[in-house]
Amino acid sequence: MEKKSTEQLQEVASQVRRDILRMVHQVQSGHPGASLGCTEFFTALYFDQMKHDKNFNMKGKNEDLFFLSNGHISPVWYSVLARSGYFPIAEMSTFRKLNSRLQGHPATEENLPGIRIASGSLGQGLSVAIGAAQAKKIDGDDRLVYVMMGDGEQEEGQIWEAAMYAAHWKVDNLIATIDLNRQQIDGPTKEIMDLIDLRAKYESFGWEVIDTLQGNNMESVLIGLEKAKNLTGQGKPILNLLHTEMGYGVDFMVGTHKWHGIAPNDQQLADALAQLPETLGDY
Amino acid sequence: MEKTLDLKFNYTDKKDTRSGFGDGLLEAGRKNPNVVGLCADLIGSLKMGAFQKEFPERFFQTGIAEANMIGIAAGLCISGKIPFTGTFANFSTGRVYDQIRQSVAYSDKNVKICASHAGLTLGEDGATHQILEDLGMMKMLPHMTVINPCDYNQTKAATMAIAEHEGPVYLRFGRPVWPIFTPADQKFEIGKAWKMIDGKDVTIFATGHLVWEAVIAEAMLREEGISAEVINIHTIKPLDEEAILESVAKTGCAVSAEEHQYNGGLGDSIAQTLIRNNPAPLEYVGVDDSFGESGTPTQLLEKYGLNAANIVKAAKKALARK
Ligand SMILES: Cc1ncc(C[n+]2csc(CCOP(=O)(O)OP(=O)(O)O)c2C)c(N)n1
Ligand SMILES: [Mg+2]
Repeated sequence: MEKKSTEQLQEVASQVRRDILRMVHQVQSGHPGASLGCTEFFTALYFDQMKHDKNFNMKGKNEDLFFLSNGHISPVWYSVLARSGYFPIAEMSTFRKLNSRLQGHPATEENLPGIRIASGSLGQGLSVAIGAAQAKKIDGDDRLVYVMMGDGEQEEGQIWEAAMYAAHWKVDNLIATIDLNRQQIDGPTKEIMDLIDLRAKYESFGWEVIDTLQGNNMESVLIGLEKAKNLTGQGKPILNLLHTEMGYGVDFMVGTHKWHGIAPNDQQLADALAQLPETLGDY
Repeated sequence: MEKTLDLKFNYTDKKDTRSGFGDGLLEAGRKNPNVVGLCADLIGSLKMGAFQKEFPERFFQTGIAEANMIGIAAGLCISGKIPFTGTFANFSTGRVYDQIRQSVAYSDKNVKICASHAGLTLGEDGATHQILEDLGMMKMLPHMTVINPCDYNQTKAATMAIAEHEGPVYLRFGRPVWPIFTPADQKFEIGKAWKMIDGKDVTIFATGHLVWEAVIAEAMLREEGISAEVINIHTIKPLDEEAILESVAKTGCAVSAEEHQYNGGLGDSIAQTLIRNNPAPLEYVGVDDSFGESGTPTQLLEKYGLNAANIVKAAKKALARK
């Protein structure tokens, strides 16, 4: 794949946002908020950072692997997978419909290319990613394993079992990213269950932590991912705290938990799409 | 199709059963100051907002931490509180099975595990969230009472009834708006099956949302000259064996209908009862060892064979085996 400029990546991101909104609108269900907030990150990963093969192979030997722990943001993942050639873009129109491979939450059951494990029940993805990273070590495969989690998701106890384990076993070929949008279903994380200081928590568990302070700026996201990559192989798992805004890219959706899991109506879709140039052609 | 049928029960309104839980919890809270609510970041989905608003000092948001929520609830019981935990059915059971087993069931604590979005009718979220094994998991636990009401009114009545019952309870309900066909003023008796329609050829034992499908199936069967008895098994455990045996002694065959796997569900409970006392043909309407998937509730009930048409088919099969 030819290296894309930051501007070209931004163009991809605009199309990904359109895909997210159109998918969720079409079935009137799904999770647009954090999908929009993580669009730069997913675009940077799949169109710039990861070495990956669109001719999907479950084992992914000598490829970088990605796992999505907060499975509800499937729309952004499905869009980048389709846009990078894992399956036809037209298939996005089947999202969440009966007999589709694009399940509400990512699944392997229907064999959608690009998915290696089911997610949706929160808190499980970090453990799986650690296991996959350790298998790479056993195999002498020096590619990396990426995993994304939500910030509200950090409230699950299993995350902290995994965090302890990863540091103990020096899983340093792993880059975990937390979507720090400071929102969850019932409201701001601060009010629901205060996470206080995730950097301090992970550091005290033995992790190397970086902040990507502008998670909706393509340049910053790329710099953050490069930095994370450079920190691998030094005996510690890496955490990338990705500061994002839920609903980024659509003025009336930005910065609130209200759009965590509801679909725009026809008028709202039109208003949203008017803010996002169609760069690669709608599916 | 429903419209042209002569149904023995009718409805004027539809509502989700989870709203019956939310409204019942509020009433239970008003009646008894020991009732406490807990929820794991799903207050809106569980309809616990009204209770939280009226009793903020008796409500705890746990964040997305279901295992912790079950433990906290068990601890609250020590001094006599009556905790009602709320999250989706999957995260109320499989996610926290050992916490329930040790801290709640084995320790016989008065926790009410209230579980929404059970079964296929959760719809588009798909299989990760559509638990179809929860009744089995919960009924296997000693001390546990397992209840799966059929509509808004019955869920509300059940919620109020379990507040007065001493001991751990699993209360299962759902997301879709569903016909309200049982009376608002019903008295909910835990463990007492409700014979809704008298019949003589075949008995339909149904639970949860499928009770409504059973009501439709009865009318469809009647049009073909088959007389079906419909029994609402809102309490899976303790099972009303007397009512089951009495009905099958009369009809000679039965169908079970539930939004659950065959394995471990209501059908299995009824089969055990029949086999030990009065073996008779029994056909299962449920999910046959498969996960669910995304789709609308109606599409899913049809694809997985959980609607009135399939109850009719199963009834005819059971009759043919008599
Ligand atoms: C184990 C589990 N509990 C509860 C849920 C329901 N749920 C889905 S998303 C969500 C909020 C997640 O918050 P966060 O990780 O911050 O994601 P965001 O809202 O930012 O997308 C909850 C509670 C779930 N999917 N899994
Ligand atoms: Mg969040």
